Amino acid sequence: MGNFEQKVEKFIEIFIEQNGYVKVLEGLKNTLIIAVLGLLIGIVIGTLIATVRVIPKYKILPRILNGFCSFYVGLFRGTPIVVQLLVFYYVMLPLMGVHMTGVQVAIWVFGLNSGAYISEIMRSGILSVDPGQMEAGRAVGLSFGTTMMKIVIPQAVKNILPTLGNEFIALIKETSVVSFVGAADLYVAFNYIGSNSYEFMVPYLVMAMIYIVLVLLISLGIKLMERSLRKSDRRN
Amino acid sequence: MIDVINLTKKFNDLNVLNGISVKIEKGDIICVIGPSGSGKSTFLRCLNCMEDPTGGQIIFNNVDIADTKVDINIHRRKMGMVFQHFNLFNNKTVIQNIMLAPVHVQVKDMKKAKRKKLKDDPAYNTTKAEIIKNARENAIKLLERIGLADKADVYPSTLSGGQKQRVAIVRALAMNPDVILFDEPTSALDPEMVGEVLDLMKSLAEDFMTMIIVTHEMGFAREVANKILFIDEGKILESGTPEEFFGNPKHPRLKEFLSKVL
Repeated sequence: MGNFEQKVEKFIEIFIEQNGYVKVLEGLKNTLIIAVLGLLIGIVIGTLIATVRVIPKYKILPRILNGFCSFYVGLFRGTPIVVQLLVFYYVMLPLMGVHMTGVQVAIWVFGLNSGAYISEIMRSGILSVDPGQMEAGRAVGLSFGTTMMKIVIPQAVKNILPTLGNEFIALIKETSVVSFVGAADLYVAFNYIGSNSYEFMVPYLVMAMIYIVLVLLISLGIKLMERSLRKSDRRN
Repeated sequence: MIDVINLTKKFNDLNVLNGISVKIEKGDIICVIGPSGSGKSTFLRCLNCMEDPTGGQIIFNNVDIADTKVDINIHRRKMGMVFQHFNLFNNKTVIQNIMLAPVHVQVKDMKKAKRKKLKDDPAYNTTKAEIIKNARENAIKLLERIGLADKADVYPSTLSGGQKQRVAIVRALAMNPDVILFDEPTSALDPEMVGEVLDLMKSLAEDFMTMIIVTHEMGFAREVANKILFIDEGKILESGTPEEFFGNPKHPRLKEFLSKVL
């Protein structure tokens, strides 16, 4: 095992003395920024789509919106995230004449992508809320949108929180492909350390551990949040 | 106050209401009875457009609210509704349940008045804090009336059925409605809790609240209503005062129905 100790020493040397830790912190920051902002954008888009999909479809506008939302969800669930990143970065941006950094591109693509998945999660959450809640809101003169926002969605979110947590965990892990568009995430940082030492065993091992710790921390956070949201359940 | 003219409702090919016409005056207490599946709940739910009527008119305060171009939300504020399954907002405490709609509606009116600079509108001179304070005071008064002031800050899931239904009734009252629609308000309650809800409804009747009540409580209908409608197969087969209605039923269907339930 002397070999392994040597590898660890080499890793520590690059990690500390050649400022490897700066790269890692930078990568960790980018990974978290992409995952968190992506999730937030995804929740907003997902909630909007889910709301459109549960609107009663008597009128023409909801039908058109519904058609558009189905197309959107189909598009983003039907292509791999790497393809979406590449198309967004190398096709869409030049066509629109916009410049964005790799991290910005990653945030938007992950937001748009997770929006498609979260919309389905959110829709099942909304459908799990007793329709009487919507009726009661409408009966006191609140609009569909207000009742949705103040009554139905808060209860839906409580029901889907564990699934939403899974989505966040999946996002964190999926961000490891953002180097395709030049965003420096955790993978890029450890790849850099590995390339500089011609030695990948220890850097990738440490990378795996960091991902596991991240995911465990998130699971813990979700558990705490769920507990505080269970307030309104029967307990007295 | 409410003038229902030839109301019809279809669910796909199923005719649920076949032309119902009835005039409801201020202060009326109308009980709607009939066998299950007769369309009485659908009739009630059409009155505030919970179900959109297929045809006919509902003239409420001189506006035809069956017209889909009308902003129904404004009219629903003046038409309270109480449901069979209470439908209290599960994510709000008892007092929030009562305050939510009044506060939301008044804050919206205030913002609109300020945006349009309507200086004469009373809504122009209030503030959000003032609206909340008034709504809270009113909510506490209402909770005291039903003896549940100590439950103001608990969530509905901790209340009994009778307590939930009484909170649901004062939630409707908090909007100062012109009329309250009751959709089988005691049908989901344990027998021992029916009394407390009926007592509260009686006390509303004494305050001259206009009420339309779909119910199976014949005793209550006889005691409180000033007019009873018997609906079957989507039509009003007989209507009249409780005396005529129970003392001298005319329609054979009503005779048959009463002989089964009384």
